[in-house]
Amino acid sequence: MRIGLDVGSTTLKCVVLDDSNKILFHSYERHFSQIIAKSAELMEKIRNQFPQWSDKPVDICISGSAGMGFAERAGIPFAQEVYATKVAVDTLVPGTDTVIELGGEDAKILFLTNGLEVRMNGSCAGGTGAFIDQMATLLNTTPTDMNDYAKEHEKIYTIASRCGVFAKSDIQPLINQGARIQDISASIFYAVVNQTVAGLAQGREIKGNIVYLGGPLTFFSELRRSFDKTLKLEGTCPENSLYFVALGAALLTETERKPMTLTDAIKAIEGSGEGASYLSTEPLFKSHEDYDEFKRRHDRDTVATVPAEGYSGAAYLGIDAGSTTIKAVVIDRDENILLTSYRPNSGNPVPLIREFLTDMYEKYPGIRIESSAVTGYGEEIIKNAFKADMGIVETMAHFTAAKKFLPEVDFIIDIGGQDIKCFKIRNGAIDNIFLNEACSSGCGSFLQTFAGALNYNIEEFAKLGLYADRPVDLGSRCTVFMNSSVKQAQKDGASIENISAGLSVSVVKNALYKVIRAPSKDASVSLGKNIVVQGGTFLNDAVLRAFEQEIGANVIRPSIAGLMGAYGVALYAKKNSKGSSTLMNAEELKNFKHEVKAVTCGLCNNRCRLTINTFDGDRKFIGGNRCERPITNKSNRELINFYDYKLQLLSAYMNENVPDKPSGRGIIGIPLGLNLYELLPFWHKFFTSLGFDVVTSPLSGRKLYIKGQQTIPSDTVCYPAKLLHGHIESLLESGVTNIFYPCMTYNIDEHLGDNHYNCPVVAYYPEVISSNVPGLAKVNFMYPYLGIHRPKDLAVKLYEYLKERFPSLTQAEVKSAANAAYKEYDAHMEALRIKGDEYIARARKIGMPIIVLAGRPYHVDPEINHGIDRLITECGAAVITEDSIAMKMPRVKTHVLNQWTYHSRMYAAAKYIASQDDMNLVQLVSFGCGVDAITTDEVRSIIESEGKIYTQIKIDEITNLGAVKIRLRSLFAALEK
Amino acid sequence: MANNSIESYPMQRIPFTKEMKDNNYTVLVPNMLPIHFKMLVRIFRYYGYNAVLLTNEGHDVIEEGLKYVHNDTCYPALLVIGQMISALNSGKFDVNKTALMITQTGGGCRASNYIHLLRKALIKAGYGNIPVISLNLSGLEKDSGFSFTLPMIRKCIDALAYGDIIMLLKNQVRPYEAVAGTVDALVEKWAGEISDQLDAGKGCSIKEIRANMKQIAADFAAVETVERSCVKVGIVGEIYVKFASLANNNLEGFLAEQGCEVMVPGIMGFMLFKVDNRREDILLYGGSKAKKAVVELLLGYFEKIEAVMLECVGDYPKFAKPTPYQETKKLIDGVIGRGCKMGEGWLLTAEMLELIHHGYSNIVCAQPFGCLPNHIVGKGMIRRLKEIHPNSNIVPIDYDPGATKVNQENRIKLMLAVAREKMTPSPQKKDSQTIVHA
Repeated sequence: MRIGLDVGSTTLKCVVLDDSNKILFHSYERHFSQIIAKSAELMEKIRNQFPQWSDKPVDICISGSAGMGFAERAGIPFAQEVYATKVAVDTLVPGTDTVIELGGEDAKILFLTNGLEVRMNGSCAGGTGAFIDQMATLLNTTPTDMNDYAKEHEKIYTIASRCGVFAKSDIQPLINQGARIQDISASIFYAVVNQTVAGLAQGREIKGNIVYLGGPLTFFSELRRSFDKTLKLEGTCPENSLYFVALGAALLTETERKPMTLTDAIKAIEGSGEGASYLSTEPLFKSHEDYDEFKRRHDRDTVATVPAEGYSGAAYLGIDAGSTTIKAVVIDRDENILLTSYRPNSGNPVPLIREFLTDMYEKYPGIRIESSAVTGYGEEIIKNAFKADMGIVETMAHFTAAKKFLPEVDFIIDIGGQDIKCFKIRNGAIDNIFLNEACSSGCGSFLQTFAGALNYNIEEFAKLGLYADRPVDLGSRCTVFMNSSVKQAQKDGASIENISAGLSVSVVKNALYKVIRAPSKDASVSLGKNIVVQGGTFLNDAVLRAFEQEIGANVIRPSIAGLMGAYGVALYAKKNSKGSSTLMNAEELKNFKHEVKAVTCGLCNNRCRLTINTFDGDRKFIGGNRCERPITNKSNRELINFYDYKLQLLSAYMNENVPDKPSGRGIIGIPLGLNLYELLPFWHKFFTSLGFDVVTSPLSGRKLYIKGQQTIPSDTVCYPAKLLHGHIESLLESGVTNIFYPCMTYNIDEHLGDNHYNCPVVAYYPEVISSNVPGLAKVNFMYPYLGIHRPKDLAVKLYEYLKERFPSLTQAEVKSAANAAYKEYDAHMEALRIKGDEYIARARKIGMPIIVLAGRPYHVDPEINHGIDRLITECGAAVITEDSIAMKMPRVKTHVLNQWTYHSRMYAAAKYIASQDDMNLVQLVSFGCGVDAITTDEVRSIIESEGKIYTQIKIDEITNLGAVKIRLRSLFAALEK
Repeated sequence: MANNSIESYPMQRIPFTKEMKDNNYTVLVPNMLPIHFKMLVRIFRYYGYNAVLLTNEGHDVIEEGLKYVHNDTCYPALLVIGQMISALNSGKFDVNKTALMITQTGGGCRASNYIHLLRKALIKAGYGNIPVISLNLSGLEKDSGFSFTLPMIRKCIDALAYGDIIMLLKNQVRPYEAVAGTVDALVEKWAGEISDQLDAGKGCSIKEIRANMKQIAADFAAVETVERSCVKVGIVGEIYVKFASLANNNLEGFLAEQGCEVMVPGIMGFMLFKVDNRREDILLYGGSKAKKAVVELLLGYFEKIEAVMLECVGDYPKFAKPTPYQETKKLIDGVIGRGCKMGEGWLLTAEMLELIHHGYSNIVCAQPFGCLPNHIVGKGMIRRLKEIHPNSNIVPIDYDPGATKVNQENRIKLMLAVAREKMTPSPQKKDSQTIVHA
């Protein structure tokens, strides 16, 4: 008898085989992190079921991602789980080429033929089963229902697949815009597929006989179908697909034998929890007295409520349509609270608000709404649906509310369901905003999901941690990491109480060190002297306590912490009341109708997926748009957008059409990515001067990215670099046989810094392309190391390199072509500067504020910048670039080594902006840009040294434009003051 | 804003002055390679600097790093800076009489900015008055109180070479030692012996180096060993994560527990690489002949010592002898360009190839999460290496404060399972077996 036990991240799977590989017993259950108890129980069950074996030695082997330390401590042989899968597949499904196995939190691909290779998701990639669970929670449904919904999808939305947190920030806006649950569900499955393919295939094509294994692929037919469609093949999900790891472990007992009786095994398992240790932090409360004192202090911060029953008179409504919850507050003339509502938005906020309003009109006929306002992600749709009077940006709403509790407030932190917002107040205006970037949530919904996974509701779960003696130290990284930290802590024997407390602490640390990045030594310096904390997450006493402990200061938590946004909106509505409201009345509400349709906008290259909401049959609201064109059907008013101009300037050098017959020496293909966004004029001139035709890859787009995603070797490199793979693929498709993409350690020396490097990724990405794109073997891929910073030498080196490939070239020709190229480049850069001045002058003439959207040359790519330039022009500002103004400043003295050409421009531009009253800076930062970890702090300090507001926007494959809008609107709101 | 905010941070750095040296300021040096750095510190002490090697580890180091360094910065910066601030907080040193030392390589990778990040962190943590000494060969920063003189540089190179040979032989012999602890005792003995010689100004001529290394090799060769079947694993990676157990969760220890023999290419290769890059730049892009000559002179000294070391190891055929630098460099032809120089550059790829050639085809490529050069020279090259050497079995592992040890070890175990399968030519020829339900 052989027992294979697969201890996964969320489930426990077990098989018992006899000597002829017959399955005598199998079981599959969730372990709720009670690994030791559940495993022992399971062995007990086996012992009872097979009494004839109870005192005979049997072979046991443990496997699974959560089984390693456990097996070691129990002294039971362990098999690595991917390897176990391989052994099981070799035995049970011979002839398999590739295995795709998704588990609770792991994704794996095994290439079995042509060189065994096994790939597991890296430390960054989120789980898959857990991810699907999380998404189902977000949609307020079950994974099984999600599968059913997906069957009826009409369209697929793009959802970031790198990790759950990213995906969440994509799904939330979809929900808020009223996208269909069927479409969202299907899109989630596709996101999982893209994640697996992009993250794990890494240049190896998935083909041949494919086997699907593991829970998610067994349970969800639509997930399998999504894989089939994406890979263009038909995989099979064999019998016992849930048990392959356990089967492999059972089969592997042949190689590593350590027979023991079941009784001994149970003893060993039960004893394996002893002596385990983990890192811990201070307890939250040492005693009940501590807690009572704390309670008393916070219970003082309340707002008066007046019963709504029998109230008669004017009232003001505030609605906060947040990411995961919908909040509403109605106040009376004295700003006392009449009514509140706090509900999960369940993926569709419109019916909830309708219900609330209907209820209010019915139950409290005396309430007369004189003014109403809306804020939050769902601001636009709610305002449109119910004809609310006004909208207000979230940050202003929170500030308005916080002032009510603490007039001298100078720091507000709000931890909500899905986001963290913090802002500093200086001179009565919002001065500095920190929003969590797409990668680092770890907020309320994380706690909630985790509580759910451990079978608790959130309130119970949070309370557990109050008196924990040794809270687990879980670090402060993103939620996915926290998941595995929790797993490890459980294995190390941490109690639920200590995990609960640890999670609360980690939420706080995340906010402090990841979002605000405040050194905690002195809260009054790094945060403020008068701190108000709010957001539903702070209603959790453990989180509040952890926060106070971490910053070493007491803070104010209003009793309505979860409703502060809505309360602030109500206050704002009251202040700006015109005496009568446009809000729908009871009659209109009765006849309220809401239909949703999804379409793709074809008005420009962005191809936004639009959701068209129709209210009452005639009022339309469009969501998902990045500009006003689909709404007004024409271009915006006076637009001053230097990004458009830059693209237009470049378009003179772009050419996607491969000539049938080359006009001279041949055709050179150039990928339009990374540094070539700036150097295209240079190389275009160089090659055309020599009599070549130049063909470029098209502007980036989602499709182009997908085309190349299979060959990306590192899933944590920046998105602009990843896009290169697509550019190369499209050049290959176009049929060009020469591709030129040089390696460049150094950039042009503009004398703005101590050196003039490119970043390592820009410098050497051609090497990655060369080693990972198989199609290049068939063409002449030229990626020489060139020093563009030394013009004279460059001509010589270029000749040496090119003559081998094009023997007819002469040294004189190459030299003169290089000269022409430098001239062209200089003229191009000069044009940017001259035109930049013109744009600035134009803006100044009409009194338009100027935003310098600072990034790198490739940020001009619409697929990379996600149309953020347009968002800014929509806010009524002019957009210019850093490279058009950088040369206005002499070299800037910095606190860091100023050694990258592109970044030197940024420092110089920042310095210049700081000196201009009507200019402000917004810095675009690509996710994964290591260099920007250094430059952002420096640019911030340059900007802030002149009392200006620094705004940073992190962008990736997908960007939550809703959050970007908040940032921009808050910036403009602050500038108005 | 209060006055310790970055906005008002002085542009003028605090220099390490001659008076500070004369007043016997403690100079804290972060640890990367225990054997090597112990000897380096002795050299600094010999030249009159009160250098102390930091050995503080533990969670506090990471915590301080997270607090004072931008969290997206690479893990080594976070650790080194965290280690220093944690040490300053410990109360063991008089913070009014302490200086810090950090290496500065220069180059297009983030690492050349560590010193600036350290200074920023010190100000945030309230230690803005503490001077930081840049240890570099590029003339990036100079201090009146610290001069990295030529004799001192030479001695440091010697110490690194000694460290490399001891580490190399330790790794090859320890897994097979008959009596546990023999090799560790030998390492202790030689690290001490060489340090004493350096203290006395000895052990630095080529002749003395050869004599010492001959004896070191003889001593290791004489260790009584037993036959064991070990998986041969090579370790490459970002320099700090590759070497420092603080950064790689004691990777070598873990592999030893798993019954592996490890091979960690030494630091001399990295030094040669960094010097050679200046020459390579001139070859690729043009430049001064005089500068090239100076670089070649320095390169010559490194190579002379390298040759002595290889000669001494080569005396015993049972030892795997590292490939000379110039040979290693040829391994990458057709794989990656010699101009790829940021961070570990092409050397990392070359070291993987070297390891494969020596039979260490199972490789852990260790890097900080999001390490820029390693997108190219590590993860970016694995596919190509697999094409050339289908037998290679390379696992990239990311390290950062959030990554858990259990995930890292699980991935390494997978690599080891594949390695073991390759060692034992398939025991049971697998016919299709069926499993049926009872």
